[in-house]
Amino acid sequence: MIPRHLIIGVAVMFVVALSTGAYVWHMQGSLAKSVPDADQTHPLPPPGNGPSEQVTLYVAHDDTGSLRPQSAQIPLSGGRQERAEQLVKTLLQLYLGESSPHPIAEGAEVRAVYLVDPGLAVVDLNTAFAEKHRSGILVEELTVASLVQTLSSNIPGINRIKFLVEGEERESLAGHADLSRFYDVAGVDRMISQMQTGQ
Amino acid sequence: MRWSSTRPRTGVWSTCNKTNSRTLDAVLACAFIVSSASAIFSFSASAEEKQLSIYSSATSYSVSVKPHDGQDYVALLELLQRLGPVTAKADGSRWKLRFKNSEAQFENGKTRVRIRGRDVNLPMSFVLDNGRGLVPVSALSILLPELLGKPITLHEPSGRLFLDNTAVHFTAQMNNAAPAGLVINFSSPVNPMIATEPGKLRMVFQHEAVVAPGSEILTFGNKLIPSATYSATNGAAEIAVSAAVPLFASFSNGGRTITISPAPQASPTAQSVAPAAATPSGQPQTAGNTITNSNLPVHYFVVLDPSHGGSERGAALSDDLGEKTATLNFALRMRQEFETHGLSTLLVRNGDETLTLDQRSGIANRAHPAIYVCIHASSEGTGIRLYTALVPAAGESHGLFIDWNSAQAASIDTSQSAATNLAAEFSKRRIPTRSLVAPLRPLNNITSAAVAIEVAPFTGGVSDLSSSGYQQQIAESVVAGILEVRAKLVAKP
Repeated sequence: MIPRHLIIGVAVMFVVALSTGAYVWHMQGSLAKSVPDADQTHPLPPPGNGPSEQVTLYVAHDDTGSLRPQSAQIPLSGGRQERAEQLVKTLLQLYLGESSPHPIAEGAEVRAVYLVDPGLAVVDLNTAFAEKHRSGILVEELTVASLVQTLSSNIPGINRIKFLVEGEERESLAGHADLSRFYDVAGVDRMISQMQTGQ
Repeated sequence: MRWSSTRPRTGVWSTCNKTNSRTLDAVLACAFIVSSASAIFSFSASAEEKQLSIYSSATSYSVSVKPHDGQDYVALLELLQRLGPVTAKADGSRWKLRFKNSEAQFENGKTRVRIRGRDVNLPMSFVLDNGRGLVPVSALSILLPELLGKPITLHEPSGRLFLDNTAVHFTAQMNNAAPAGLVINFSSPVNPMIATEPGKLRMVFQHEAVVAPGSEILTFGNKLIPSATYSATNGAAEIAVSAAVPLFASFSNGGRTITISPAPQASPTAQSVAPAAATPSGQPQTAGNTITNSNLPVHYFVVLDPSHGGSERGAALSDDLGEKTATLNFALRMRQEFETHGLSTLLVRNGDETLTLDQRSGIANRAHPAIYVCIHASSEGTGIRLYTALVPAAGESHGLFIDWNSAQAASIDTSQSAATNLAAEFSKRRIPTRSLVAPLRPLNNITSAAVAIEVAPFTGGVSDLSSSGYQQQIAESVVAGILEVRAKLVAKP
């Protein structure tokens, strides 16, 4: 004869196992729904959960081969890292628009911006950004300078920027602009001032 | 997070502290030796590639020879590109080529070719390889006269093709009067690569159609310089002078005469310094390519680097013109112009080769040029964009080991002077020019003066980039600009 307390114990354990299985199955289903297919991702508009602020975007213009400051009112959240991401995503939206002064390829996006103390920002681009970027010294230089200047002007304390593609280091953006290095904001300032005046 | 594994690797140089400097020196020394060895190996490996040199009255150049089924083949489009307007189109197994007013139709695996409406039989079959039409080298003596409408001379064993009456003849005789030496007279100016080894001085003629004298072995009845031999292999001719003493070569008569004489007894220090100082001194005929000790590197006045190449096409300038092709065309034109002015020139690549940025800077730095010119091309914008390096913050240099990423720092002022002069020359020719700095490799890694030139169309049409007139204008401006700043380049330590 099996003792009664043993039967009750096994029954409780069976119920717990079933419940746990059902819970795990439910969670997996939810996770699958919440993670979209990587091929179907699109650049997101800046989240509108913060107060609007005036920022200065440094926009590349292919016709003059230079950057032009452009004011924009965008909603920015509190954290520096989130603000940095929102800034570059806004800049990219401008480049992806129909009347873009410096078109970039469809599907190009910034995956994340990491702020690493002291003063280092790491911008992680997606594959489409680099693989489909137009190739040429000036056109690539404009993209890099625009991102560096927009970030460093609006997020105090950034003095170096490193670009990655899909989390990995890459030799160049599209065959020209060097992505293997860390960009000094001071050096990029010099590059930009020559762009504005270089005859 | 994947990038965290990358960061320590890129930051290792700047994060090393001084207590580890001895270990770091040792590691760097090993790394330098390994990288130098691999670079030398890869360079010599590429130098071993089989080539066919083509000599015409307007230009000379080389194309790669590819083995196929035990036979030597060349890409016909590549061969004809420098000789006139040429287009080709693959359609299934058929390949149509249009050169000037001639049309030819080839079929993959067939020996029969239709040229100007009539059939011609090749000794071996035509090969269509990834859209590229390859013809056997042995068939060129049949194909080219039909396409060019003039006779040609093919020396197949030596890989040399003469299109016009371009042969350069030479005579050699001993001059026993002081200063004694072997005097070699050429029918046209020459600018060979010269190197010495114990008991021998070799002159290699890659760009000149130097042909054999009556006998390939010449004897002079002299104890110090008893003989010389002529040979031609792999697209180049060589004259090797045997000697019992170290030799020295000097040029005169506008590059038509080379005098080989016993080298003056110099101290080891003077020997090692002389070539670097002499090369850019305005006497290219005496030292441009001359070295007096085989252990010394060869020095050039200018290194031209046509960017991209091989598997790296660069920008797609049009449907059928890649940046790698445009840059090579400009570089070849510039080399011709430099050599016309008697300035020794090294081309980083002479064909469709894939080179890493480190290999390019390695080749340039080993040549110790007065200036390095990197050539890019773009379909966007107009005119010329001149770049000097945006040198990153200097890393630590340890004795002879210079920080790789900021190697350009010591020469940046000279580079900027050169860029200013180049800009002035382009402006004189009314070519729109902008001077900029750029985060562009390998400029940062070059130890001599270094500039990059991005050539865009003159009027906005991409066809400008293939125009020989525009190429010539650019080449003349570059040479004139560099000649203007030569004194400064030479004065650089």
